Amino acid sequence: MTELLVTGLGVVAPTGVGVEEHWASLVRGEPAIRSVEGFDARQYGITLAGQVRDFVPADHVAPQLMVQTDRWTWMSLAAATLAAEDAGYTPPEDDVYATSVFLASGSGGNEFSQHEIQGLWAKGPKSVGAYQSIAWFYAASTGQVSIRDGFKGPSGVVVSEGAGGLDSIGWARRVVRRGTPAVLVGGTEAGLCPYAMLCQVTGGRLSTAERPEDAYKPFDRRANGHVVGEGGAILLLEEPGAARARGAQKVWGEVAGYGATHDAHHHEDPAPDATQYARAIRLSLADAGVSPDEVDLVVADGAGVPELDRLELEALGAVFGARSRPVPVTAPSSWTGRLMAGGSALNVATALLAMRDGIVPGTAHLDDPVDVPPGVDLVGASRVQDLATVVVLARGAGGFNSSLVLRRHAGGATS
Amino acid sequence: MRERRRVVVTGIGVVAPGSMGREGFWDMITEGRTATRRITFFDPTRFRSQVAAEVDFDGVKLGLTAQEVFRNDRFVQMAMVAADEAVADSGLRFGVGDADDAPDPDRVGVTLGSAVGATMRLEQEYVQVSDAGRLWQVDPRYASRFLASALVPSCGATELAVRFGAHGPATVVSTGCTSGIDAVGYGAQLVEDGDADVVVAGASDAPISPISMACFDTIRATTDSNDDPEHASKPFDARRNGFVMGEGAAVLVLEEREHARRRGAEIYCEVTGYANRCNAFHMTGLRPDGVEMAEAIDRALGQGHTSPDEVGYVNAHGSGTKQNDRHETAAVKRSLGPAAGSVAMSSIKSMVGHSLGAIGSIEIAATALAVQRGVLPPTANYEVPDPECDLDYVPKVAREQKVDVALSVGSGFGGFQSAIVLASPTRRES
Repeated sequence: MTELLVTGLGVVAPTGVGVEEHWASLVRGEPAIRSVEGFDARQYGITLAGQVRDFVPADHVAPQLMVQTDRWTWMSLAAATLAAEDAGYTPPEDDVYATSVFLASGSGGNEFSQHEIQGLWAKGPKSVGAYQSIAWFYAASTGQVSIRDGFKGPSGVVVSEGAGGLDSIGWARRVVRRGTPAVLVGGTEAGLCPYAMLCQVTGGRLSTAERPEDAYKPFDRRANGHVVGEGGAILLLEEPGAARARGAQKVWGEVAGYGATHDAHHHEDPAPDATQYARAIRLSLADAGVSPDEVDLVVADGAGVPELDRLELEALGAVFGARSRPVPVTAPSSWTGRLMAGGSALNVATALLAMRDGIVPGTAHLDDPVDVPPGVDLVGASRVQDLATVVVLARGAGGFNSSLVLRRHAGGATS
Repeated sequence: MRERRRVVVTGIGVVAPGSMGREGFWDMITEGRTATRRITFFDPTRFRSQVAAEVDFDGVKLGLTAQEVFRNDRFVQMAMVAADEAVADSGLRFGVGDADDAPDPDRVGVTLGSAVGATMRLEQEYVQVSDAGRLWQVDPRYASRFLASALVPSCGATELAVRFGAHGPATVVSTGCTSGIDAVGYGAQLVEDGDADVVVAGASDAPISPISMACFDTIRATTDSNDDPEHASKPFDARRNGFVMGEGAAVLVLEEREHARRRGAEIYCEVTGYANRCNAFHMTGLRPDGVEMAEAIDRALGQGHTSPDEVGYVNAHGSGTKQNDRHETAAVKRSLGPAAGSVAMSSIKSMVGHSLGAIGSIEIAATALAVQRGVLPPTANYEVPDPECDLDYVPKVAREQKVDVALSVGSGFGGFQSAIVLASPTRRES
């Protein structure tokens, strides 16, 4: 086990730009899912999305860089800066390799690429601009953050759909084990343009409801799919000794354990039982040296698709069923929509905020909860609760299961 | 402290231009034949670069089902075929209970590299739904059922996990043109760290489509030697003028060494080190000094306790752009020091082109075969020396030479620099 500290959070989410803005919105229970602006999603049967309305790219990205990059990368650049600022992080001058950027990506530079392919087919190859080759591919955000900020450590990009945000943390631990003390992890996503929306619609997991309260309802009897959101979060992870040496003032928590499995059942459908999902949770608990009884909160994947919700509860029942007190389970994605790779990263930020303030954000529109197995307590309205150990779960379409254990850091700062 | 878990290669599968399977690929590159030709997938007339290294690929003939071909982009199909060959080669039998050769499914991982994922399918479908670029609000009535998985390339890792019943950690690695090295490197880390005993690791890309060709055209990264496709890819040669686009896949079976020994598996080589660094300089530009690539090489050599003068072969990135080959030559000299003067270094991109993320794994496959067989593939088309590229590039003709330690390196958009070290199982460790 490699203990890692989370020393900085950067959030660009439908709930707000900035970590406190996001948190205040969640705690107040302000739905960030609204009618889609900017294009006609109704043509695809979709009315609602979680758009980042407060995001002014020019406030975060230099004009010259903005023209070279997609909205997804603007959000990554902004979130990376916010995370470094939050941590008070400046890379050590004597080691350019001390900082890594290891992000998750899902769908790349969608809107930028749609423009360029549109031009290519409408007008011919010469209409394709010089930046398509660097704006679209899945490594664009990682590369741009590394270049802008001068981070030369071992950087990477993982793609595992919605599980990506947690998996970037899992891979970052390998980077730290091999000697790099600081890694930016997480990711953002921006799939709200006509073609990317159409692609997502063909997966059959989107809600077509027209009112937010009817749409993305994880663990509710009327669950009917999810709403697409954009944005995400980037976090700074540091090896404790290095954080201490630079005098880091703030520690959000510790990354205590991680586990990942794959259903390996079918190219689209989940496995008929939750064996592998439960195993991912158990692996992360064992990795952290934490027993199921010690977990104070589970931040669930909360797919909002009845079959997937059922499987998630089955996995939780398998792991936590023997507890004397059921474990609280919440699905804060219900407020923002699912941000693919950005979503699981955002849930890690949310879990750390919950731990800081002792507040569990609730699940939106949980009007008529499904039956839950023993050991599970679904959180509808937000509640006050002391939190020392939080498990964050994420799944990626196709069968990716990931679980992360976060622990409160004893002693506040890096003392 | 527990002894370090060591990682060996026990299976190799290749889908490369101009050949069939691993052995066809090996024959081709050791004979110095080139697979570069005028593009046939679409009419390239309006493009600056009109040549590519295409695979004559028919998934159904290579064992895929009609549905596997229908639902998957070409990059996934090629990955599946390469993985099938690698797994068969390894002798592992997945899903057959507790036979000697059957690994625990919970301890089998998948790491698949791809730079551009399902770009070909996404473009082809875009042409339909946008009515060839007329509609920004694309028409859903012309969309196929499987666009959601095409949008997110992790579908490739899923297909491989399902294929082999691999319940361990699975991911797609997408670090542009170093994806194929990084995917194998990450796979090796999964084994080293004890999270898997077997990893199906490799990479695949199918970027020979109008949008990919157009985007490299505009930045003049690809060659315009359209009149002589067979000799268009000229790494390290003074006349080089850009890379030749390629496609393909390679997959390796990585296995914990004792796991492989217990079942008496044939071992190609050991993966003794892997590292990557970023240049934090430019998305497409490279400084001539190669400092960051050299750092990656140094770290990778150090991990396996291999010294620079043990390196007998460097499988180069050698893309054939002016700046890359100069950059890489400088990096190798910086890392190997005086030993660089006698090391053999070649670029198989001269023969199979540059298949973006896939090529890193294809080159690792070539390097592993070179270590196993004591034959170094040449750099085809190398004729006119460049004063800035002054190493031994194994011109045109393969060379018989026993190699104990070999290095494969890659460099990609975004500033990524990766290096992986393979060692012969018969190497005597100092």
